[in-house]
Amino acid sequence: MGMTVAEKILARAAGLPSVQAGDVVEPAVDLAMSHENAALVINQFQEVFEGTGLEAKVWDPSRIAIIFDHRVPAESPKTATNQKKIRDFVAANGIAKFHDIRGDVGGICHQILPEYGYVRPGFVVVGTDSHTTSHGALGAFSFGIGATEMASAWALGIAVNIEVPATIKVVVSGAFPPMVGAKDLVLHLIGLLTAQGANFKVLEFHGETIRAMSTSGRIALCNMSVEAGATSGIVPGDDETVRYLREEAGVTEPIPTVQPDPDAVYVRTLEIDVSALGPQIACPHTVDNVKGVAAVAGTKVHQIVIGSCTNGRLDDLAAAADIIRGKKVAQGTRMLVFPASGRIFAQALDKGYLHDFMKAGAVVMNSGCGPCLGVHEGALGDGETALSTTNRNFKGRMGNPKSEVYLCSPSVAAASAITGVITDPRA
Amino acid sequence: MPKVILKLEHDISTDDIYPGRYMATVLPSETPQFAFADRTDFNASLRAKAFPPGSIIVGGENFGCGSSREQACSTLKGHDLAVVAKSISRIFLQNSINLGLKVVLCPDLEAVEGDELEFTTDQVLNRSTGRAFPQVRLPAARQGIMDAGGLIPYTRRRLQARPR
Ligand code: SF4
Repeated sequence: MGMTVAEKILARAAGLPSVQAGDVVEPAVDLAMSHENAALVINQFQEVFEGTGLEAKVWDPSRIAIIFDHRVPAESPKTATNQKKIRDFVAANGIAKFHDIRGDVGGICHQILPEYGYVRPGFVVVGTDSHTTSHGALGAFSFGIGATEMASAWALGIAVNIEVPATIKVVVSGAFPPMVGAKDLVLHLIGLLTAQGANFKVLEFHGETIRAMSTSGRIALCNMSVEAGATSGIVPGDDETVRYLREEAGVTEPIPTVQPDPDAVYVRTLEIDVSALGPQIACPHTVDNVKGVAAVAGTKVHQIVIGSCTNGRLDDLAAAADIIRGKKVAQGTRMLVFPASGRIFAQALDKGYLHDFMKAGAVVMNSGCGPCLGVHEGALGDGETALSTTNRNFKGRMGNPKSEVYLCSPSVAAASAITGVITDPRA
Repeated sequence: MPKVILKLEHDISTDDIYPGRYMATVLPSETPQFAFADRTDFNASLRAKAFPPGSIIVGGENFGCGSSREQACSTLKGHDLAVVAKSISRIFLQNSINLGLKVVLCPDLEAVEGDELEFTTDQVLNRSTGRAFPQVRLPAARQGIMDAGGLIPYTRRRLQARPR
């Protein structure tokens, strides 16, 4: 029987000729990513070795990546102490794929991994972050796990007792209309599937629209696959994947890709034509509460956020800068921009986008997660509304349960910054 | 018999169970104080130890969706609570099994706050209404971890069994 991309990757990583959905396998881990929550992983890891008489050593330091992004620079002594503890662990274990709080090589984990070529097609990637699904954009099988599961992977080098997930095939056709793109597609898809429609399943993306999409757009697509509950989103590797890894990540070795078999078995096939799709928006307080922007146009917005692992890349900043250049952020609205990595920050600086934002009245922040998870930088007041290019709008997500968060593309966010109300960028 | 102390709607996220601003607190011994921190009355009752061990939270569909933060499980485990939901998000379910938080899948459950529930091997009995509801089995792939009492002892055993 034919295999999906996820089945092929898991079969290879488990050393089996073939697997199918429902089988239980123990794949070797190609890359294990953590951020600040490595502090908890370290705690659990040390507990695993307690009483064994064995030395607490990670299985392969070259396959571990640790990136500080969630609370950078540290917002509290507690975070700073956790970060210090992680630095000590990184040094003691010889972990080279470590990205500290820096303006050059720092950034959000889901941007750093692709940018530095740490992820390749066919890899099994685990990360202590639910948006680890992002890396399926490069043709990997990449999924989020908890800290204890990561401690187990650090010790054993495998993901234990993994049930091979069934795959939903998503075939996308048509060319995007102006001001509509990958973010609108994925919001539309989550609206169709619902927040749990892909729970325990993989989304495998096909079709001419996907083939024509940049790696940046594919990352946004796979990033938000988890908002439909998906274990992983996967775009099978192609010419664009190889181009990205060679030109932008500097990979020189061969880059084999993994394709599904023609007779692969899917639990469901979904066909979407984007040629008439308009800008989409996810309304409070669930990501699957998706509407066309027109349905909520005119809603007052107090804070605009452009950034995150979903939409903080150069093309996202370019789209927003093109709209806001020469204009002003509305009085009574504040706009925060946080590029996804130090490299993107520098590129946006060179291209003048950051200047455009600042002249318009936006605040440009250091790269990192920023206000996305409501820890520091850009909290909302009681009764305030945010319009954000991030990926979650759960109650309290941006730090205040008495606020509301809408999710949209960079174009919708920038157009709304000028008017101070939710605005269709095509208007 | 354990009672339902909180009945929740669908799509309860880990931001609700354990708000992101407390994520710098990681140790299972320290996380319980922030359980459902933004539901201030419920959080206060938990901290006052108003509920006996084994008390039950009833969720709807997609309980525990969102972030992979394990604090969302350790914070409930620390109060010795059990979760019964119609469906549970993958990462939350796995984290629960890994940490030994009692979770039960029961798609048809009807219960309100104050009801007394009993868990048999394959049913949830609502003793207050006299009705029985079938359980959906937890993933069989994870049975070994459940049997070992969690992922830490399970991994420890696997490590020790390896040839050196
Ligand atoms: S930007 Fe937001 S969603 Fe992305 S990794 Fe950071 S906190 Fe998570």
